[in-house]
This record gives sequence, structure tokens and C-alpha cells, in this order.
Amino acid sequence: MTAPAPAPPPEATTAPRVRRREWLHILTGAARTPRGMAGSGLVLLVVLLAVTGPFFAAYPPLQFVTTPGAPPSSKFPLGSDILGRDVLSRVLDGGWQLLLMATAAMLIGIVLGTAAGIAAAQLRGWRDGVIMRTVDVILAFPQLVFALLLVSILGPTRWLLVVAVGLSHAPQVARVIRAAALDVSERDFVKAVEITGVRQSRVMSGEILPNLLTPLMVEAGLRLTYSIVIMTGLSFIGFGLQPPAPNWGYMINENRIILTTNPWAVVAPAILIAVLTVGLNTFTDAIARVALGIERAEKLIAEASGTGSVAEIPA
Amino acid sequence: MTVTTAPARLVVEGLTVAAVGSGATIIEDVSVRVAAGEVLGVVGESGSGKTTLGLAMVGHARRGLEIAAGSVCLDGADLFSLSPAELRKLRGAAMAYVPQDPSSAINPSLRVGGQLKEILTTHGRQGAEADARLQEVLAEVGLDSRHGILSVYPHQLSGGQQQRVAIAMAFACRPGLIVLDEPTTGLDVTTQRTVLETVARMCASYGVAAVYVSHDVVVVGELSNRVAVVYSGRVVETGATADVFGAPAHPYTQGLLRAVPSPERSGRLVGMEGVPPRPGQRPPGCGFAPRCPLVIERCTVAMPELVPTDRTGQLARCVLVETGQAHTEGALASASGQDLAEPAESGAAPVLQVTGLDAFYGQRQVLFGIHLAVPQETCVAIVGESGSGKTTLARCIAGLHTSWTGEVRYGGRPLTPGIRRRPKDVLRGIQYVFQNPYASLNPRRTVGGLVAQPVENLAGRRRGRHNDEKILDALRSAALSVEVVNRYPDQLSGGERQRVAIARTLAVSPTLLVCDEVTSSLDVSVQAAVVELLRRLQRQHGLAMVFITHNIALIRSIAQQVVVMHDGQIVESGTVADVLDHPRADYTRQLLDDVPKFSAAITGASDA
Repeated sequence: MTAPAPAPPPEATTAPRVRRREWLHILTGAARTPRGMAGSGLVLLVVLLAVTGPFFAAYPPLQFVTTPGAPPSSKFPLGSDILGRDVLSRVLDGGWQLLLMATAAMLIGIVLGTAAGIAAAQLRGWRDGVIMRTVDVILAFPQLVFALLLVSILGPTRWLLVVAVGLSHAPQVARVIRAAALDVSERDFVKAVEITGVRQSRVMSGEILPNLLTPLMVEAGLRLTYSIVIMTGLSFIGFGLQPPAPNWGYMINENRIILTTNPWAVVAPAILIAVLTVGLNTFTDAIARVALGIERAEKLIAEASGTGSVAEIPA
Repeated sequence: MTVTTAPARLVVEGLTVAAVGSGATIIEDVSVRVAAGEVLGVVGESGSGKTTLGLAMVGHARRGLEIAAGSVCLDGADLFSLSPAELRKLRGAAMAYVPQDPSSAINPSLRVGGQLKEILTTHGRQGAEADARLQEVLAEVGLDSRHGILSVYPHQLSGGQQQRVAIAMAFACRPGLIVLDEPTTGLDVTTQRTVLETVARMCASYGVAAVYVSHDVVVVGELSNRVAVVYSGRVVETGATADVFGAPAHPYTQGLLRAVPSPERSGRLVGMEGVPPRPGQRPPGCGFAPRCPLVIERCTVAMPELVPTDRTGQLARCVLVETGQAHTEGALASASGQDLAEPAESGAAPVLQVTGLDAFYGQRQVLFGIHLAVPQETCVAIVGESGSGKTTLARCIAGLHTSWTGEVRYGGRPLTPGIRRRPKDVLRGIQYVFQNPYASLNPRRTVGGLVAQPVENLAGRRRGRHNDEKILDALRSAALSVEVVNRYPDQLSGGERQRVAIARTLAVSPTLLVCDEVTSSLDVSVQAAVVELLRRLQRQHGLAMVFITHNIALIRSIAQQVVVMHDGQIVESGTVADVLDHPRADYTRQLLDDVPKFSAAITGASDA
């Protein structure tokens, strides 16, 4: 063996590198696509409004300022609601809590679901059976109904609501992540670490989890959207955030009686929820495309820099 | 420029294929001619552009690519000036293409008969005529249509049968040109032998102009009349096969030939480091200059021209040939070196002793009563075709396959089937190198992290220290530059990845290394380098080694003892010299016969 340590091939430094903070690369990459731009634009619009809104509200959101169900006027641009409060002020103030709670619920769902999914995929056998059959039972309920069930047991406190929605996400996440983790756990690099006698928990966290970035990012986007939909849905039927604090979901419910006199009291929060969810979904879609594109590109690079590989190169 | 007198049927002139958008050229300025009845071999490593060239010859550019310049004329008609409809008429009728993987080339939902008939009826043969032709062509590829093969689905056929069906489809309409792209890659040697014989016979009897694209120098040497060696998208050497392989003028051709293992010659393989430059990143001068052992300054300035060598009809693209300094002395002759020393016959207990091992997949038994002993500091090669159970045996030893009975003793101690109950020093002592380095390295870890993992897990070292001396030493032992320590696997070539996988095992100082087909996903030039590395490491570290391979030709270059497996049983074992020179089992003899070999014309020319 006379060949010295080979100099790194020149292309190694110029090929696309996405490793450190890969999620950030995917996010910025997605935001640069037309689809991602549209999606993130819509989301940012609503988020900005919800976060800075409370500082710009002209009236306290709980104060009765005019006659109930008043149509828009110069003093009250969106009119007043069923109890005579300023709709604009309530819209501006009614979003940030929803966003915070939806995000928290998403995180709970992702963490629990991912843990269950990876464990099922890696441990196999009866543990897989127990985890996934439990998931199947929960999935038999529509998600909203399951969340409703939990809320009615746990009670409609703000943080219990978050936990309930988060729990209702977990089975869905678990299913997706298990499928992806099964694929990863069969790969040789996992076996290579297993035969060093390392604990299963380390294999799961060190080898499998980092290779689930793409499905995790997509799931996070999706679950955030669903969190918003379910939370507003729960608020609408009266199980969510309790009045009198303003929130978009409950506003739609309480003001639907005055739809004829001041439609804005219903339409304004509805539009915001619609814009937010559509935007989130679009952006998630962009993430999926970019992340898959990167994965595919990696595969192509592996093939091109490659091998006379028997199995991997499609004809 | 052709040596044959027959008029050229396929004429490729100045063909350039480039990527749409970036304009990076995949193949550049390629000119070849193929006459009727002639087989042109196109040889190159992966990434050389040979498949793109093969497809362009039938007028096709893959998605994302376009024909940027040049022409491909079949019987005088320029393929690129034809409309898509006209091209479609020619395809299957006047020209045919046999892709690498038959299982993806044949429609899985059509019966074989329907599939073949489709081609015939599409190109104007109907009814009884089509049926007759169908029977005829099937018989020609050695498939008997009476045995109901027409009514089976492709997945019911073996790989070799599928490939023969694909070849039958290609020849069905008696085309004038046929392009075969690696039709035997992925097939066992025995199957490869029958497919190669079929191809050779069909090409000869049909008088077709054939192009055989392959990375396998020996197969091309056996099959082709003329050969074009492709590197970095250009033809670097072309001429009669006996001339090019017998007296290669280009350093790349010489390197390729030196890297080829042989079941007859023992000795060291000489590999070529590195990978072909990627399209769009090719150097201004000779594409091979960065890897060339004979590189001079002029090589990196401008691309040399294809100029004649001292043999008629042989052209090479090399500065040395231009200046008349090339020495074309036989690369094959120089490759055969000293014999591998016999293992030290010692009375010491074997490192690994397998006794009466039966292994199962569910209800199915895949290994039957395996007996195997690996003496200290000895490499035992286990050779067999796919399905022979050789990988299962390796996995049983390493603890990756747990469903077995019998006894495996390591250093005198019996091993449990699973990894979980094996003590740490056993896990450390037996190290495993996986077949495919593209799958065995976690893409999210740096090289340093990957090599540090077994040390941390098995030698109880503190975590997170990825570039201390122990790690760097392991990298150096595997002939890697220490700079790779902070790289990720996808920044490395296939050969470098496999070195990282080897370094990872060295870091814990094992006594037994189990290598499972470690070179089968690598190019032959890289394979040679990796095999040499393993051989050197085995010597230096006094390792016992189990080297699993399907390639019987490799054995002489690495092992001292060999075990031949077939259908889950050991059919023959002994020292390499005994088994390969005087095979006793019919199966071993068959395997040895089926290995492609250079003809006497080529090896003879090398002595001249």
C-alpha cells in the first residue's frame, strides 16, 4: 500500500453541505421558494398582528364601549360585538394566547409521539405491539372528539387544554415517525453502533432521531396547523378558553347571533384563522419539498461519486 | 480510424452531452464507430459518463441532460435530426438497449410472452409470424418456450432469466445496433457466464453493431473486439481490445488493469486513489491528472488530443503518448507480484471456532452444519454466490443474526447468539465491516465522531473527544488524511468511506475482523486499494480476518485460507493455493471456470 493519504477530492468542498443546523438551512431554503414565501408571508402577517396587536388596541378588550352589534364606524372600524365591546381591539388581543397554546400543544404532541414512534420501531416485538395498538385505539376517535373527551375529563383550564390537544396529536405523530424510524433502524449504521453493545436509548437518540429531521419538521408544521384548528374548534363549542378573555375561536361562536347586524365580529377572526392555517400549511409543504429535494440530491451525489454499486443505482 | 474494414454502422462524431441549465458537460467530444458484427466495449469507472454515452448512442438523453453538440448516425441517418415519432419507430426495431437492472427494465405486471409480443406487434409483425419469431428468439437466448415461460410474470424468473428475456426483447426485431449497459452487473458469476455467452453468440450470429458498456475490464476484454476507455466524459484510449488491454498506453488504462484481481495470479493489487472529477468541476487539463502517478506540469494546462500510439488503430489521449514517452509495457505482467506468505502454522488455539452451526430465517434453515476455524493472524476468505449463506454466517459470528444453534467459540469461550449478552471484551475483539459504506456510516456524524463511537462504547472513554491521538491514529492506519476528522460521510468518496468504516474498527484494537463484501460496492480501482489496505493491516496488527466475498478472483490477493460455500453448506475448504489450484469440489471448479478472464491474445500481447 504505497498510496499516501489521499488528498481530499476537490469537489468535496464545493458540493452542497447541509449538516450543521440543517433545520435552519431547510427553513431558509423553504422560505426562498415561491410557495414558501407565500406561506411564510401569510403566517408572519397573522403572527405579527397577534403579537403586537395588544399594544395597539384602542380599547381594553373587556370594556363595553358602545351598543351591542353596532356596524363599523369611524370610531369602531370593525363595529362592536354582541356585548358592545370593540371588535378590532378584541381581534388584536385575541390571538397571542392561541398561538402560544397551539405551539405548546404541538411540542407536547411531537415529543410524545416521536418518543413512542422511535421506541416502537427500534424495540420491535411486544413493545411495538403495545405502543402501536394503543395508538390505534386512540386513532379510532376523531381527533377533535378525543380532545373533547380529554378536556371534559381534565377540565377547561388553559394548560390542561394544551395538554389535551398535545395528547391528541401524539398518536398521529407516533404513526408517521414509526414508519420513518423503521426505515432508519434497518440501516447498517444503526447495526454498526448496536454491535458496540450500546444502550438502546443511545441508539434511538444518537443514531435514529437525527435522521428523522425531515419528517419531524413536516410533522411539526402540520401539528401546529391542527392545534390551531382544534383549539379554535374547542373554543367555538365552548370547551376552550373561557370568556370573557378574547379569543378568535370563541368570538366566532358568541357573535354568530349578530351576523346580520355586524358580520365583521365573526368574519374578522375567521379570516385570521383561515389565513394562518393556509399559510402554515403552504409553508409546511415548501419545507417538505425542500427537505426531500436535499435528500434526493444527497442520494444522487452518493451515486455519482460512487460506486459500481449493484443495488443502488437505478438503470 | 477503425481497424475493421467493414463499413461503420454506428458513427458517433464529436458527441457532447451537457446538463440543462448549468451546461456542465457529462461527456465531451466523443467520436467512435462501430461496424456490423463488431462489439465495442465502453469501459469506465462510475461517474465516467459511460451510461450517458450508451444512452446517447440510441438517441436518448436522460432528464436534465441535453445533446449539446455532435451527431450519432445509424446507417447514415442522424438520430438527433429525427422527430420523436421517427425515433420511436427506430427504437426496438433498428436499435435496442439492454439496461443494467432487468428487474426494473421489464414491466412487472405483464407476462413474459405478452411483453415480448408487444415489441414484435408494435414493429409490424402480426399473428403467427410474431409467435414464430417469439419462439425463435427465446430459444436463441436459451429459454425454452415450451416450459410455460411465456405465461409467467417477470418476478417468477431468476435474475439471469430476466436478463435473458431483456436480451431476447432487444434482439426480437433484429436491430442493427444494440447497446448493452452493464447487463451482468449484479448477477452471480455462473449466471454472468451464461448471459455473457448468450450476448456473444447473439452478437455474432446477428451481425449486429454492439456496444457493451461496463466497469468490468475483464468482461469487456473477453467480449469485445474494440474498446473505448472513458474517463471524465472523454475517450482516453481506444483501439483493438488486444492492443489496448495488452499494451495500454494511457496511465489510466494501465491503472485499471493493475487493479484487476485474478484467480490465477496471486499478489498485490495496485489501486488508484480518488474519484473521477464531477461534471462541471473538471480540471482544465487532462481529467486524470489529479490521480495520475506520471503527471507532469503540461498535463494540467491543456487537454491532450487523442493521438495514435505505435500500434495501428490505437489512440490515446495522453501527453506522454504525444511526446513519445509512453511506455506500454504490459500492465498485466507487472501486476503479478510475490505470493502471499502462508500463515504461520502454530499450535495455538484458533481465534474463532465454529462448530455445527445451523442458522434459520423463521422456519427456513439457511446454514447447515457449518464448521470453520480461523487461526491467529490468518485471513480466511468465505466465497460463494448470493444466497449461499455467507453473509448470514458472518452475521451469526458478529451477533447480528441471532437465530442459530451450534457453537461459536471466540478465544475458547462460547458466544451467545445475541449481542446483548456478550461481554464487552468480546464485542471489542470481534469487529465487523459492512458491505456498503454508503449505508454503514451515520450521515449526521463527523468522521471523528464515527470513529470515536466504538471507543466510547467499548473502551469506556469519555464522550465528545473526537480528535485526540487515538482517533487520528486509527485514521492514519486506514490511510486517511487526518483532515477528514471533521468531515461528514457525504463529503467523502466511496473508498474513503470504507476506510472510515475500517478505521472505526481499528480504533478498538480488535483481534478478529469480519469483512462482509467490503469491496463489492466500490469501483475496481478503489477495491484494489481497500484490499491492499486490509492485507497490510492484517499483517501489521496481527489480525485474524474473515473476508466474505462473491468474487473468487479477489481471494488470492488477500487470504491464506478459503472456504467455499454453496446453498448454506461448506463444499470445500483449505489453503488458497490448494483450493484454487487443485479444486476438488465440482462447484469450486465451476466457480473458477466462470470467472471472466482475459483471453490469451491479451495476456500474450503483454509479454511481447
